[in-house]
Amino acid sequence: MSNWKTICSVADLKPSTGVCALFEGEQVAVFMGASKNDLYAVSNYDPFGKASVLSRGLIGSVGETVYVASPLYKQRFDLMTGQCLDDTDVSLKTYQIKVDNNDVQLCRESA
Amino acid sequence: MSKQRIVVIGNGMVGHKFVDHMITTQNDGELEIIVCSEESRLAYDRVKLSSYFSGATAKDLALTSREYYHDNDIKFRLSDKVAEINTDEKYVITEAGHKETYDKLVMATGSYPFVPPIPGGDQEHCLTYRTIDDLGEIKSSAAISKVGVVVGGGLLGLEAANALKQAGLETHVVEFAPRLMAVQLDEGGGKLLRRKVEDLGVTIHTEKATSAIVKGEECRYRMNFADGSFLETDMILFSAGIRPQDELARKFNINIGERGGIEVDNFCRTSATDVYAIGECALWGGKIFGLVAPGYTMAKVAAQHILGRDKVKFLGADMSTKLKLLGVDVASIGDAHGQTPGAQSYVYNNDIEQVYKRLVVSEDGKKVLGAVLVGDVEAYGGLLQMMLNDMDLPKNPEALILPSSSGEPVGLGVDSLPDAAQICSCFDVTKGQIKEAVASGCTDMAGIKSTTEASTGCGGCAALTKQVLDAELANLGYEVKTDLCEHFAYSRVELADIIRVKKIRTFGDLLNSHGCGLGCEICKPAVGSILASFWNGYVLEDKHIGLQDTNDIFLGNMQKDGTYSVVPRVAGGEITPDKLIVLGEVAKEFGLYTKVTGGQRIDLFGAQLHELPTIWKKLIDVGFETGHAYGKSLRTVKSCVGSTWCRYGVKDSVGFAIDLEDRYKGLRAPHKIKFGVSGCTRECAEAQSKDIGVIATENGWNLYVCGNGGMRPRHGDLFATDLDDETLIKYVDRILMFYIRTADRLQRTSVWLENLEGGLDYLKEVVIDDKLSLAAELEADMATNIENYQCEWKTTISDPEKLKRFSHFINAPDQDSNLYYVAERGQKRPATEQERIELVELAD
Repeated sequence: MSNWKTICSVADLKPSTGVCALFEGEQVAVFMGASKNDLYAVSNYDPFGKASVLSRGLIGSVGETVYVASPLYKQRFDLMTGQCLDDTDVSLKTYQIKVDNNDVQLCRESA
Repeated sequence: MSKQRIVVIGNGMVGHKFVDHMITTQNDGELEIIVCSEESRLAYDRVKLSSYFSGATAKDLALTSREYYHDNDIKFRLSDKVAEINTDEKYVITEAGHKETYDKLVMATGSYPFVPPIPGGDQEHCLTYRTIDDLGEIKSSAAISKVGVVVGGGLLGLEAANALKQAGLETHVVEFAPRLMAVQLDEGGGKLLRRKVEDLGVTIHTEKATSAIVKGEECRYRMNFADGSFLETDMILFSAGIRPQDELARKFNINIGERGGIEVDNFCRTSATDVYAIGECALWGGKIFGLVAPGYTMAKVAAQHILGRDKVKFLGADMSTKLKLLGVDVASIGDAHGQTPGAQSYVYNNDIEQVYKRLVVSEDGKKVLGAVLVGDVEAYGGLLQMMLNDMDLPKNPEALILPSSSGEPVGLGVDSLPDAAQICSCFDVTKGQIKEAVASGCTDMAGIKSTTEASTGCGGCAALTKQVLDAELANLGYEVKTDLCEHFAYSRVELADIIRVKKIRTFGDLLNSHGCGLGCEICKPAVGSILASFWNGYVLEDKHIGLQDTNDIFLGNMQKDGTYSVVPRVAGGEITPDKLIVLGEVAKEFGLYTKVTGGQRIDLFGAQLHELPTIWKKLIDVGFETGHAYGKSLRTVKSCVGSTWCRYGVKDSVGFAIDLEDRYKGLRAPHKIKFGVSGCTRECAEAQSKDIGVIATENGWNLYVCGNGGMRPRHGDLFATDLDDETLIKYVDRILMFYIRTADRLQRTSVWLENLEGGLDYLKEVVIDDKLSLAAELEADMATNIENYQCEWKTTISDPEKLKRFSHFINAPDQDSNLYYVAERGQKRPATEQERIELVELAD
């Protein structure tokens, strides 16, 4: 049984930008791609810059992969998998995300 | 085996070239090199001496450094002339008494300026023009002089005249021959050069032989001429030719020519065993070569021979030259006077546009023998190559010097040149070497320059080098790819045109019509910047916000820990005490680390996202506005205090700086833009290191463009002189908008200008002469931008929707718990990783 928690309303997200949510004591970067059906959630902590900033990064695509580029040193992270595209050894924690009745909800990735 | 000792006498351009060649080609440690020089500094660029008067320093002119010599184990003795050579026992003794034995001796003593034996010619303000020390004397003398005369209307004489003119003197040139540059130019060319130089305000006196220099009535001196006329002047520069510095050879029985010069053979060996001579002191085939390129070749030949390789020989050199004298383009190729028996000429003379060209061809009309070009030297590279490579002339040789109706340069295609063709004579770079460089991955001029050194000397071959580069890229099937990124198959310049012409207002529209995918961190900010340059909308509008890079998106400069710095605009660096107090109070209230910036503003560090709106509200309430320190946009207009307070100021630099900053504030561009305004030539605002530099003169403002500090410093180029406020602003409007239209992404103006085809001259044609009929459009674009200016922070704090984003969490009032600070020198700074660990432990 998943445990979904509402963090904000869809209207709080703008296309192609991110926000940071406090979710069970963790900083989660939440992004909207081109539309509200296109949401992503990964850890907000940038393991390269060692600061909680990823929600403030630019969203881009390479081929089909949608990624966020860190605002500090521009490393790119696949928003679906959390995998860093510039360093195979590094990846971000990801979270499940959905829209329910205009509420944006997060849930821990089931193991 | 003991090391071979090589003593080099002289450290001019050629002497240094020899040393450098040894450093780069010898095997480690097989040689010991000792350099003796009478000058107080290591080698510098004598060709560019006159730039000393337009702001270059001794350091700018330096070709090497003490560190470089030390690092490569080159011993050197400066300010210590060699006084004695013993060719039997193989040693030299310096004036200071140091003895150096040698296995090989290289004389690179250069030349000295010829000073005609004129009674009174040895007075205090009668100087020569050859060394940096000479320049120092000229500068001091010029500072207490109003009128200056150069004796000698040759190449060096005109360079010297340029120096005097730049020093602000009424300048005259006195020449014995009936025309200027009599060696290189024919009558027609000399005549036009004279007219052009006179238009620039330099008075020319030809066919004048100075008989005596006596005390003057109006000025310090009077020069009496053999024809009974006279000229009054405060200082005199002798530049009547050079003589080989062969004194040592003469004294110690090394063979010299009848009219001077140390005789050398094809390996640059003198008559004494193991003694070589190179450069302007050497006489080969009865000739002295007074240009740097042949000197460099000699340096290479001697170095190779000493290393035991005798493949390369010095077999004379082509003395063709192309240069800019007092801003006038002049070139001379081969037999410029048509003295070869049977030589025939084509002449093109255009008094209106002030262009003169003469093409000298062989008796059978098939080969180029020489040429003279004044006012338009475009054909130089092609004609020179035709001559050097003995190529056949095309069917209608006159087309080579006639203006083309199609606008396409006529001449030879570079493809027809053999690989052995020398493209850059200063550094002896062949077409083959440029091709190799391209094959190894150099795809632009900057790469070619750093790999081959081509066109880094006099620059005369730049156009030709570029043609070879482009042709080679095409030959290799390089599609010269200028696509911005995978989302747009267009260059930044093309996208700028598309956006402007099709009036595209959003990234989404552009992506739909001309791109694919979502975009990326390359194309989004680039397009965001272009949209802002042309339409200047609010950058945080929903349709633009996703395009903004790290700093723009929160209108602050993100620091390493994710907090921001706050920089309000302080136009011209002028600030009232009241405003200064507010800055202090705000910094104190929010605990911000405070530092004065390089651009005369105050930077407040460590503001958290949620604090930004409150901080800005307080600042805006007392009249501050955003400083755009976060944008690729106009940053600051730095100024000195100027005539309102300074004893030396000639104009109100602060006032003008504020006007300029107010005009261009918020202007987004391919990269950041900095201005400087100085109130007098002392240049305390360092305007020449700015993208746009303005320096007050007695008659207005001098405008410098495309300077840069930072990573790759570059002095701005003098663009126009003595402008009034209005004209200056008009030019700056045009320059900046032209930059915005044509620069690459993240390209500063300095690199832009260096890559702009046609360079500074072309930019002047576009901006001053309106060659492209764009001026009105560029000004209108600027007007639109200015009209739509807004303080982005003011807009932001008055929009509650926008303010929602300015909190660390969308769903909680908490702050980022990852921030740790320690105190240092009375302020805070982010904790280092180690400190952070300790702080966390402490808290736990």
